[in-house]
Amino acid sequence: MQRFIERHPVWSLVILIAAVFLLWLILAEWPRGLVAFAGRKKVFLNALLNGITLGGLYFLVASGFTLIFGLMRNVNLAHGSLYLFGGYIGYTVATASNSWILSFIVAFIAMAVLGMLLQVLVFRRMEGEELRQTLVTIGISIVLADILLWIWGGDFYQIETPDWLFGAIKLPIITAVKSSGDAVYMKYPLVRLVILAASIVIGVAMWLALNKTKIGMMIRAGVDDRDMLSATGIRIQLVFVLVFAFGAGLAGVAGVVGGTFQSLAPGEDTRFLLASLVVVIVGGMGSIPGAALGALLIGLSEQFGSVYMPTYAVVLTFLIMVLVLAFRPQGLLGSRG
Amino acid sequence: MAAIDQETSQSSVAQTSPRRAQLPAWIENTHPAFWLLALFLLFLPAFANDFFQFQIMGWTFILGMIALSLMFLAGYGGMVSLVQMTVAGCAGYMVAIFGTSAADAISLQWPWWIVVPVALAIATAFGTISGALAVRTEGIYTIMITLAIAAAFFYFTRQNYVIFNGFSGFNQIRAPVVFGIKWNDATPFYYLTLFFAVLSYAVVTYVSRAPFGLALQGIRDNPRRMEALGFNVTAHRIAAYAFAALIAAVAGILLTWQNGQISPGTAGIGAVIDILVIAVVGGLRRPIGPFIGAFIYVLLRTFALDILTEVGLDPKRFKLLIGFGFLAIVFFSPDGVLGLWDRWRARQKARSISSASGDSS
Repeated sequence: MQRFIERHPVWSLVILIAAVFLLWLILAEWPRGLVAFAGRKKVFLNALLNGITLGGLYFLVASGFTLIFGLMRNVNLAHGSLYLFGGYIGYTVATASNSWILSFIVAFIAMAVLGMLLQVLVFRRMEGEELRQTLVTIGISIVLADILLWIWGGDFYQIETPDWLFGAIKLPIITAVKSSGDAVYMKYPLVRLVILAASIVIGVAMWLALNKTKIGMMIRAGVDDRDMLSATGIRIQLVFVLVFAFGAGLAGVAGVVGGTFQSLAPGEDTRFLLASLVVVIVGGMGSIPGAALGALLIGLSEQFGSVYMPTYAVVLTFLIMVLVLAFRPQGLLGSRG
Repeated sequence: MAAIDQETSQSSVAQTSPRRAQLPAWIENTHPAFWLLALFLLFLPAFANDFFQFQIMGWTFILGMIALSLMFLAGYGGMVSLVQMTVAGCAGYMVAIFGTSAADAISLQWPWWIVVPVALAIATAFGTISGALAVRTEGIYTIMITLAIAAAFFYFTRQNYVIFNGFSGFNQIRAPVVFGIKWNDATPFYYLTLFFAVLSYAVVTYVSRAPFGLALQGIRDNPRRMEALGFNVTAHRIAAYAFAALIAAVAGILLTWQNGQISPGTAGIGAVIDILVIAVVGGLRRPIGPFIGAFIYVLLRTFALDILTEVGLDPKRFKLLIGFGFLAIVFFSPDGVLGLWDRWRARQKARSISSASGDSS
């Protein structure tokens, strides 16, 4: 932090001013001119919160993708299928057992097992052959998409929010003041906030596990030099399988999350695959903080785009990607030699 | 006198003989099967019906050309670009927007001889710019970025109603009537697509042996060494994208004429992946591969439903069939059908050699 301010004094100032302005936008009562220009404050706040929570969901999907890519250089273009598969399994479990929590556990385990199978049966056979991996995983995603369509059909599914998370809560943020002088507080669905909190916890835990534990040390060493790590006697294939299982399991969990606050349908797999591609391109391949930053940026741009310029929301996302590629090809927080 | 005559005639023979040997050299070097195929394709309308000419062969040539542009980038440049179908879609959209279609409010109704060059220019520019973005990265990143560009184009055309007419796209786009020939009729359209397919095949083959193509293959194998030799690696790569984009753009215009319509789904993610499948199944090594892949794909696409119902399976599982076929090819023969063929030939040769050596011993 200190170093960043010393090295980039101008940028630090810009970021500080932007943060203060954002805080003012959130907390203050909007003057009339601003309302006339940018619409009601409630719309803005909704877009902001939706963007952040959507970013949380994107982070869950993309972090597994970036973890797998970062460690093993495995390009898993079937990641979106894992997301959708996990979501469908979660839906089936949730409707059968009426337990939201159980659906997470089952989806995680099922996708982790599938991920292990992928690593053992597919990726281990073609280590270092990126193009073949890409092609094979594209083939797998075509097959999986059709099998999912076969089993669950083309309907939209939504996983029901459990009772204890149902409804909205009042946030201590004033959206408007009535003519009578009463303040109107912002209301927001509780389940989204819980999911956001959970994804932040998962993100922080992943970062801690990677940076502070022994297994994290092994994984990071494996990213840098795989052969040297295996020469020191660590069973790197086991580490690979575990990381792949964890990343795939995260995709399954994200599927349940996505099924709860959006919906599950054929086509969502490609949507989330693309979202995670853009997120990791923007954030930087193989970097967990990068995935978090990228997910936040893309989530916000999608939501603000769809509120303030509906036709060009996709282009906005794309524009961010182009700008990042033009000025920092390795991604915002990526470090690639 | 006679002796001199003989001498001059001999010398003239000596002079012409290398030219005579040169002229048939490229004819001699091509396999006889190739000439049989050429004859077959040339006289195909004599015995094939309209459906076969227009739907099967026309579509094969068009998809083959788009896949050929991918094959050129991937096989010679080492850059797997998924944006080629999008470039084709872009050209198709330009034909619809500048030319005539059912959407009178948008289409500008320009004559075809302005529309086609404009569409080619815009689509090629689009492909070149996408390439310029993609070459900033390497290997797997190229695939991801071009896939993201393709997705952005798809979603943009689906949401934009002012220019791209949104979800429904454009209908009733017809090939023009030139020289009194209705190019949308089956046989003229067959020859039109055949001409452009052969042309693009020939140009790609030529470029792959020209200095530019050789430099590109050098860059594919070792970019750092080529850079050290003084080649501008980035410029070569972008030029390759521009060249491939032109081929894809021509195919895109033909595709729009053949379908009579263009909509976001034409260049959707599924279509983008299909082009990759076609190129890989056919083989990325030689320019003939994409056409073989396209032929297989079109046959499957057209007749799989009938075959699946005939066998008693659910015809909806067509995608599953394609997916498994693709997986099998990628798993067992990374070079596609061409790779299978090469391996079979090599094995035959090895067997004949071993049997010959067995005889001698």
